[in-house]
Amino acid sequence: MEIRDELKYSEDHEWILVEEGIATIGISDFAQDAMGDVVFVELPEVGSNIDAGKTFGVVESVKAVSDLYAPVSGEVVEVNEGLPDAPDSVNSSPYDDAWMVKIKLSDAAQVEALMDAEAYRSCIAEQ
Amino acid sequence: MRYIPHTEEDVRQMLGTIGVDSIEDLFSEIPRDVRLDRPYDLVAPMSESEVLGELKRLARQNATVETHTSFLGGGAYNHFSPSVVDHLISRSEFYSAYTPYQPEISQGTLQAIFEYQTLICQLTGMDVSNASMYDGASACAEAVLMSVRATRRSKVLLASNLHPEYRETVATYCRYLDIELVAVPYLESGRIDQKLLSGLLDKGAAALVVGYPNFFGIIEELGVLADLAHEVGALLVSATSEPVALGKIKSPGELGADIVVGEGQSFGMPVSFGGPGVGFFATRQKTVRSIPGRLVGATTDKDGKPGYVLTLATREQHIRREKATSNICSNQGLCALIANIYLCLMGKNGLRELAEQNLAKAEYAKAAIGAIDGFSIPFTAPTFNEFVVEFEGDADAMLESLEAQGILGGIPLTKYFPEMENRFLVCVTEQNSKADIDALVVALKGGVA
Amino acid sequence: MNRIGTRGLILKEKLIFEHSDPGRKGYSLPALDVPPSTLPEELSRLEIEGFPEVSEVDVVRHFTRLSTWNYGVDTGFYPLGSCTMKYNPKVNEVVARLPGLAGCHPHTPERLSQGALGMMYDLQVALAELSGFDAVTLQPAAGAHGELAGMLMIRAWHEAQGSSRKKVLIPDTAHGTNPATAALCGYDVVPIASGDSGVLTAETVAAHMNEDVAALMITNPNTLGIYEADIRKICEIVHEGGGLVYCDGANFNAVMGIARPGDAGVDVMHFNLHKTFATPHGGGGPGSGPVGINKKLIPYLPKPVVVREGEKYRLDYDRLESIGRLRSFYGNFGIMLRAWAYILTMGGEGLKQVSEMAVLNANYIRARLEETYHLPYKNRSLHEAVFSDKNLGGGCHTLDLAKRLIDYGYHPPTVYFPLVVQGAIMIEPTETESMEVLDEFCDAMLAIAEEAENNPELLLEAPSVTALSRLDETAAARKPVLRYRAEA
Repeated sequence: MEIRDELKYSEDHEWILVEEGIATIGISDFAQDAMGDVVFVELPEVGSNIDAGKTFGVVESVKAVSDLYAPVSGEVVEVNEGLPDAPDSVNSSPYDDAWMVKIKLSDAAQVEALMDAEAYRSCIAEQ
Repeated sequence: MRYIPHTEEDVRQMLGTIGVDSIEDLFSEIPRDVRLDRPYDLVAPMSESEVLGELKRLARQNATVETHTSFLGGGAYNHFSPSVVDHLISRSEFYSAYTPYQPEISQGTLQAIFEYQTLICQLTGMDVSNASMYDGASACAEAVLMSVRATRRSKVLLASNLHPEYRETVATYCRYLDIELVAVPYLESGRIDQKLLSGLLDKGAAALVVGYPNFFGIIEELGVLADLAHEVGALLVSATSEPVALGKIKSPGELGADIVVGEGQSFGMPVSFGGPGVGFFATRQKTVRSIPGRLVGATTDKDGKPGYVLTLATREQHIRREKATSNICSNQGLCALIANIYLCLMGKNGLRELAEQNLAKAEYAKAAIGAIDGFSIPFTAPTFNEFVVEFEGDADAMLESLEAQGILGGIPLTKYFPEMENRFLVCVTEQNSKADIDALVVALKGGVA
Repeated sequence: MNRIGTRGLILKEKLIFEHSDPGRKGYSLPALDVPPSTLPEELSRLEIEGFPEVSEVDVVRHFTRLSTWNYGVDTGFYPLGSCTMKYNPKVNEVVARLPGLAGCHPHTPERLSQGALGMMYDLQVALAELSGFDAVTLQPAAGAHGELAGMLMIRAWHEAQGSSRKKVLIPDTAHGTNPATAALCGYDVVPIASGDSGVLTAETVAAHMNEDVAALMITNPNTLGIYEADIRKICEIVHEGGGLVYCDGANFNAVMGIARPGDAGVDVMHFNLHKTFATPHGGGGPGSGPVGINKKLIPYLPKPVVVREGEKYRLDYDRLESIGRLRSFYGNFGIMLRAWAYILTMGGEGLKQVSEMAVLNANYIRARLEETYHLPYKNRSLHEAVFSDKNLGGGCHTLDLAKRLIDYGYHPPTVYFPLVVQGAIMIEPTETESMEVLDEFCDAMLAIAEEAENNPELLLEAPSVTALSRLDETAAARKPVLRYRAEA
């Protein structure tokens, strides 16, 4: 189970990478493994606002649906356009090819409240 | 009891294996205070011959095409069903199976549904069809709900010449949802009033729902209506209760419809007092994930052989529960199979020829009835195999007088439109010979005298 | 052991479209005896692109071959839990095809359709007697459609009291249709946990009941095959709190002649004629989902309602408080006919025997398997027994067991439902299976458990006797191909 040290994680198993006020979000290796073969991804529209704790998209496997919960709030500035056509990359490359959205952070402090890699490791160890 | 195989000895042995003394012990967890303490007040069991005799007795109390010449339509149609249809659907591998949850032993059902979905797409001119729904009216209601989901708007315009039972069904489904239903009036031609429609269409409209043909048998200008709806970003929902028409009139898909629904009873099913038939539901590729109901898709098995499975199940109630696209959890399997077999037999040319016969006979009847003194054809727009007749007296009483001559002459429209006490709806199909139609005309003339 | 699943002659069969050849035909029409007519060109369709052109023989052989890839109740034992796959009597098929019944048009005047209306009336009365309700509507086309009718009536009743309650309580063991139906009626769903024993306790319901709760949707016997023994108390609690109780009647086959839901205080219940009353499942439908209600809901029945006046029957449309209609016409009449023939055949005593033998069969299977297969809930089973795959060895799971059962000649049980049991295996034998059939099935289940320990590949690679091996559902969902298109 890969957990990257440079990322932050939410309890809903999203990862987040912040660079110059822009947060890139995806789901963790643990999350993709739990879902099984991902067949569909639905992402928000560029320009929409997402709120921390609220859903902003959906990931589906053959027999399960998971809402994507925003770890932080902000405006969507870019979505991974190729992802809906290549949902399998959520399984094969959750941290690279299968990034989902980039948002302009509205409250940088929200990032601080998320788990670092070590905390996330212990979080999933309990599950 | 011939459906229950247990002998007394079986029961004794089985109770022994279970480790209880009596059948009664098996129900020990059902509290006394909810038990039924008397035998049912029902008939005594009948033998097979007695059951058949009783049902035949009931059958004799009904008028059918065996006892009467019928010109009844209005959402259920008297078409010929080839012998092949009932022969094939009587194979119990089809009718005694359930929903194809285990694809390896359900490929017959699955491939048949895949073919049905394809035929419905071809017939309607659409990209995607589901595996079928309960009937045309409920499919129409599901289309309304889907249009609200897809557009995130909440106003739906319903043509007031859409089949009245479809309109009522839509209203029932929307009863406690935040959806506003607005009736669109029709003109003296029997077609939708496009001027008034333009006034009603705005950016709040999710969909316009139109009968094609409409309840009066009239062929709407669907392309124009689609353009009007699309101008404000609303979807056009086309609802067809007589799908034989689609063998002769332009497909709703070609004319710009976004969702096409209808009733498939005409395709090989008996009228059966209104059910079961089959609701078809087709839409565009881009909205496939908000479609309600079951879908079958192509795939391969482990060895690369082509096969079929139920797919995109995450839209459905057993996974998404209260967030599902519908609460439906089945399709109208055997009736979809009937439609499939029927359409394969009729094929590309048969359905067109059939539609042409329906059109020709209805036109012949319309001209003949319209020429009788005291009768007229109030709506002027082109019709398919049904048309409205106006009579100078009480239509219901006149139709009743025809029954004595063995004719079911039409449907009195007061049933749905209280103001139409002089009007009735006549349907003519390939099952009505010229002689039948001529006899109706003679009888109607007598009705005047 | 003697495996009934063997490999017979398996024929390949293309799609019907691939049989098509221009000029072939499978139909005949009488010669047109009136002048031809045309439509204005802007309305006219030239052709139905893609429709097949095949002969009658092509069609007969095509669908006959497809049928051989299917498994039905007439093929063999079909213990699909919650679906009540009992034998479908053949006389019922004959009855539904009688020309005087199948050929009766729904717009036939009431004076000329007394046989059809009379049968519907008598069926309503019989279903009311069987279940202890005051009235029954036959209009819904299936169980989920019946749920919709029932929940709409509940909401209409609340609105008539001036109550705007917004929540519906649903146990976690419920069918997915229950929450989906509640949502369709504009309600918010409050899931409630069933207890460790698999039943809903009066205390749990009391803890969730408040003035915002419109109804409880309960399944009884529940999806674990266990009778909700607190049902009377639960109904009292919901009623005292101002709510109503909906019962999902999917499992009514367990309690006929034993206990009537209406007597226990349930306000609304749907029947599944295609389960309890032996009408065929048809590969997914048509079904029929009549709804029984207590008298306070009568004003809200879907219209029209079949009523009797003296010796005559008629359709009553004049019902101001009705929820309206849920479909065209009066329901799936062809299915009602089959169910009525079944009720006449069985009679009251026969239907009680149905439930007794259905419960005996389920308990017999449980007794024979529970030492080998893990049984998560120990309460007395009624019509079905729910196991889990916890004891299954060799890294095998429920799905593998299900596929291996196919090799032995059986339709698998319902799997992975209810959700409260991990790897659920839900077995419902119904009353129409003999002890010999059950013994053969149990022997197969036990043999498979041994195979899992000693030779798990047999399960993991199963099925091997079918025309196709396991199908790739992931590929089907990732790139949906939902129709045939001719190659360019």
